[in-house]
Amino acid sequence: MKYVNKTIPSVDGKGLMMGKPGYTDDLAEPNSLIVRVLRSPHPFAKIIKINKEKALTLEGVECVLTHKDFKRIAVTRAGQGYPEPSPHDKFILDDHVRHIGDEVAAVAACDKETAKKALELIDVEYEVLEPVLDFEKAYENKNVIHSEPEIHEMFPIGLEPLKNVAASYMMNVGDVDKTLEECDVILDTRFYTQAQAHVMMEPHTANARIDYQGRLVMYSSTQTPIHVRRILSHALEYPLSKIRVIKPRIGGGYGGKQCLHGEFLVAAVTLRTGKPSKIVYTRKEVFESTFSRHPMRFDIKLGAMNDGTLKGIDVDVLSDTGAYGEHALTVFMVAGSKVFPLYNKVDSVRFGGKVVYTNHTPAGAFRGYGAIQGNYALESAIDMLCDKMNIDPVEFRMKNMIKEGETSPIFAIMGEGTEGTAMNMESCKLDYCVKRGLEIINWKDKYPKKTTEDGKVRGVGMAIAMQGSGIPYIDMGSAMIKLNDDGFFNLMVGATELGQGSDTILGQIAAESLGVNPDKIVIYSSDSDLTPFDTGAYASSTTYVSGNAVKLTADRMKEMIIEEGAKALGTRLAETDFDGKIIKSGDKEMTLAELSNRLYYNEDQKQLMACESYVGTKSPPPFMAGFAEVEIDPETGKVDIVDYAAVVDCGTTINPALARVQVEGGLVQGIGMTMYEDVVYTSNGGMVTNNMMNYRIPTRKEITDMHVEFADSFEPSGPYGAKSVGEIGIDTPPAAITNAIYNAVGVRIQELPVTPEKVFMGILKQKDKE
Amino acid sequence: MKIKIKINGTIKTINVKADEYLVDTLRNNGCVSVRRGCDTTSCGICTVLLDGAPVASCSYLSCRADSHEVTTVEGIQEEAALIADFFGHEGADQCGYCNPSMALTLYAMKRELKNPDDDEIRAYLVGNLCRCSGYVAQHRAIRAYLEVE
Amino acid sequence: MKIDSYRRVGSIEEAYELLTEKSGAAIIGGGAWLKLMPKTIDTAIDLSDLGLDKVTGLENEYEIGCMVKLRQLEKFTPFQMIFDGILIQSAGSIMGVTVRNIATAGGTVAGKYGFSDLLPVLLAMDAEVELYKRGRLKLEQFMDETGVLKDILTRIYIRKTEGRGWFYTMKNTAIDFPILNAAITSSQKGCRIVIGARPYKAALAKKAMQFIDRIEKPGEVEIIEAANIAAGELKFGSNQRGSSDYRRELCITFVKRGLRKVLL
Ligand SMILES: Cc1cc2nc3c(=O)[nH]c(=O)nc-3n(C[C@H](O)[C@H](O)[C@H](O)COP(=O)(O)OP(=O)(O)OC[C@H]3O[C@@H](n4cnc5c(N)ncnc54)[C@H](O)[C@@H]3O)c2cc1C
Ligand code: FES
Ligand code: FES
Repeated sequence: MKYVNKTIPSVDGKGLMMGKPGYTDDLAEPNSLIVRVLRSPHPFAKIIKINKEKALTLEGVECVLTHKDFKRIAVTRAGQGYPEPSPHDKFILDDHVRHIGDEVAAVAACDKETAKKALELIDVEYEVLEPVLDFEKAYENKNVIHSEPEIHEMFPIGLEPLKNVAASYMMNVGDVDKTLEECDVILDTRFYTQAQAHVMMEPHTANARIDYQGRLVMYSSTQTPIHVRRILSHALEYPLSKIRVIKPRIGGGYGGKQCLHGEFLVAAVTLRTGKPSKIVYTRKEVFESTFSRHPMRFDIKLGAMNDGTLKGIDVDVLSDTGAYGEHALTVFMVAGSKVFPLYNKVDSVRFGGKVVYTNHTPAGAFRGYGAIQGNYALESAIDMLCDKMNIDPVEFRMKNMIKEGETSPIFAIMGEGTEGTAMNMESCKLDYCVKRGLEIINWKDKYPKKTTEDGKVRGVGMAIAMQGSGIPYIDMGSAMIKLNDDGFFNLMVGATELGQGSDTILGQIAAESLGVNPDKIVIYSSDSDLTPFDTGAYASSTTYVSGNAVKLTADRMKEMIIEEGAKALGTRLAETDFDGKIIKSGDKEMTLAELSNRLYYNEDQKQLMACESYVGTKSPPPFMAGFAEVEIDPETGKVDIVDYAAVVDCGTTINPALARVQVEGGLVQGIGMTMYEDVVYTSNGGMVTNNMMNYRIPTRKEITDMHVEFADSFEPSGPYGAKSVGEIGIDTPPAAITNAIYNAVGVRIQELPVTPEKVFMGILKQKDKE
Repeated sequence: MKIKIKINGTIKTINVKADEYLVDTLRNNGCVSVRRGCDTTSCGICTVLLDGAPVASCSYLSCRADSHEVTTVEGIQEEAALIADFFGHEGADQCGYCNPSMALTLYAMKRELKNPDDDEIRAYLVGNLCRCSGYVAQHRAIRAYLEVE
Repeated sequence: MKIDSYRRVGSIEEAYELLTEKSGAAIIGGGAWLKLMPKTIDTAIDLSDLGLDKVTGLENEYEIGCMVKLRQLEKFTPFQMIFDGILIQSAGSIMGVTVRNIATAGGTVAGKYGFSDLLPVLLAMDAEVELYKRGRLKLEQFMDETGVLKDILTRIYIRKTEGRGWFYTMKNTAIDFPILNAAITSSQKGCRIVIGARPYKAALAKKAMQFIDRIEKPGEVEIIEAANIAAGELKFGSNQRGSSDYRRELCITFVKRGLRKVLL
């Protein structure tokens, strides 16, 4: 392979480093109205009265919107396949507010200061309602968060609003109760994972204008422009054909921009005033008024035989979706479907539970998407079970984990919101990943622990993980390739680049198929008027789904070139070939530039343009093994991550450097969730961590050493053998690190995040016991 | 009030409000590379060089910059392109939102520290956050960049 | 924060007049912390032009102007020679250079912030401050006073003292506020043990200091005793970063480690 499996610099990195405009706010109309939002100070309240007259009299205020200005149309903000598997439980503006930071009203004014002043002039009278702030008490609570009659599901997802249930699910393989009864050893325990904030560096941003054709043009920092267009059209009852959504460069998303936030209000303002408008979320709004990761409680039971065979897995999950149910069911299901097939040899699995509403900031999509939560519970429980049985946890995994050529019944049962798709693991190098990881971290010498000269303890721990590659039969991608005069190409894709490098790697795939240098391909992505359909950047779908679409399209373009070349050379098709520069048949040849100039200027004039689509029929999982080495100061509880080794099977790496950094970046977000990050609320429902002083993400001092390698692997169904790599990196740190901490000091952390205090208090407790 | 500042080599007289911050003044004066990340002096995204030293422009009052010199990546295009080559080689630029702040801080560090070791590099750049890259690729790129004379 | 008017003053007297004229007037040091406060300042007073941005070595002491940036403190190499360089360590432990090039020594001391990493060190060094109207006083005394400061903190003084020093700040991530920090020194005048971020403002563990100073040749046993005394005499609170119980335990560890370093 010439251009695939090669590191080339990203197509946009240099321009962005040089400060070129590219992000949403760089592209706003210079005189845009500034949209600001009045937000709820109460976790739960009914708006009794709202008066905007005073605000409207302020000079410079163009428009004030309250719930009275909108028809009551219930939508979901989740950018997902349609019909969406999320409850339609949100109005652009509503007469109820359900979390601190929820939208009450919006103002559009000539500048920031005026908009801010106008917000202060809106009179609101609230009837404060009693909130539900503890997700373990939400189910059937007397305080019902969603009692509006319009709330509905598009198809059965287990929505029971009067019980505060946004979604529920239950699946069975075999008879778990019976299996567990027959097991020699049972582990029965509980884990909690916390809310994590995305903290993408670019806040949510959108701007709108009416163009010279009278159409609404929206720039938005979104991962899912197509879904934005559809949901906007629906919520505003404005024709889809009159909306254009452009996604420029995005300053990070990680799932946090797989939703609509400012888009509704800027669109409404611009449609009403006819003037351009823009919104840039403040960091506080990003924290309080967008999404975070679903906190979950896992009750997990594992059963095994004395010979070290895992027999049964029984899991009950309670997930907290906050005030609205975006991604409630699908994240919940991924906590099972992309976790439990890891141990495919069990006789039975039961997985089920509920997703409940609370009056906290809503949860939504976030890299890992349930899998990181489930992985923490399962992979910690496996170590605990091994400890109980006195079995080596690595051997136990090697014996019980999924291998190449095998399958799991879970694949057929569980999809995302729907039934799944049966598949065999045509590529699964998990055993290699484990073996190689053991070598890199030097497990033999380090397991389980070592005490250093200065009294610190070092321990190692590990975990295995899997993810998916798009959602079969739902996620679809397509591409168009246009040949230009002088022989260069435009590649148009709907796939959304959000920093993961998709523009670059899709260009590489096209280059490989066409045989041309990547610099001959100009890529343009995510403009709903100009680029073909793509469901968007989520569910680890881009490389696999959009990549396949690009490959098909480029293959088709190559055929077209050969067809036209044969015609031009007057040769037989079967004997004509194209090597990326020259079309050749016997001793006759012409360059691509010659052919294209002929096609556009001279003879047989016609535009060459290929367009193909792809929808997955399966979702081949990438796999990885993660190994953490920690150093603990037993007198303070401080835990340092001294090394992290990760060996990943993502099939072919299209661009090894970009793939590696996807994994490294994922690992660091996973380490952040494990160690430092926690969305903390007061007992009144206010967010303590609504700024970057109190919500701390890892800095470069916490992360000093990481060793990421890739297994030699080829996925037959992927483009040039590739699977996905965007999410897998985040999954292992919670379990690998907490396992390492246990191995070092015997303290088992069952509630994330790990804090030095928890570790220290755990050590103290042990001392008391001794 | 009126201030006179040198932005990327050009002296400008600009009218600013008493509580205007440099990030806005610069953005309004053609430097779109200067962007906000957090607005609480916590992320380093808004970094610019004030008389050569990196400062968080979201927290630096524009009035204060009167008769000082400000540099943004628009003013160090060649160096930024060079740094981008090293980042590109490692895949260290992901969403790119932190790129300009990295280029500026690195540029300042190279002039301020002589042969910094790994810990010194991390200490200097610790306030420049990146949520995408996981830092180690950046670190590899930075090491390579520092080798260049 | 909102600022109505901004004044760069030509003399300290002018600054003082402006400050006392209106209740809403304030000195801006670096302005980094002020910016985060939800208040309106009528007149923001900038001391940038008064030459207060230098560290000067005098015969027996160092003089630090209030407008000196944290980054300047950190790079002032002679501080390496006093108390094992703890001033440099503590200044360097605060946020990143982009903040340290803004935040000032004066703003830090005048603010008396509980989370401060610098104040424990200055207290452990027995620093003095100079207020424009009141003149010089011990930092320790200044820290004890409550109420609004209607004066200008012009300079900070550190005596050139021979002695050992130890500083540690425990943070979740490198740029977080501390969970707890400690600065411990020993010189001819005895030991000073300061614990900060309790999360209350830094304070001296006086009983522990007296105890250890009375012992002629303190060893491990006495050090542990002193650590327990310090943990017992100081008040600790709980917040997002740690509980009072945990902080008390950390205090014991820090005092032990610090005293071992400066005494053994
Ligand atoms: C995001 C962030 C994180 C931080 N984290 C830490 C940390 O982890 N550890 C730590 O130790 N510090 C930390 N700090 C605090 C920092 O070190 C400074 O102490 C703080 O910014 C105050 O300094 P300043 O120059 O910005 O003061 P300003 O904000 O300008 O002023 C602070 C107060 O002091 C008054 N004042 C200023 N100068 C004078 C003067 N000369 N005379 C009288 N009054 C005066 C002002 O009116 C104001 O009330 C942090 C600051 C920020 C912004
Ligand atoms: S925006 Fe200035 S430091 Fe984050
Ligand atoms: S590349 Fe996205 S924040 Fe650094």
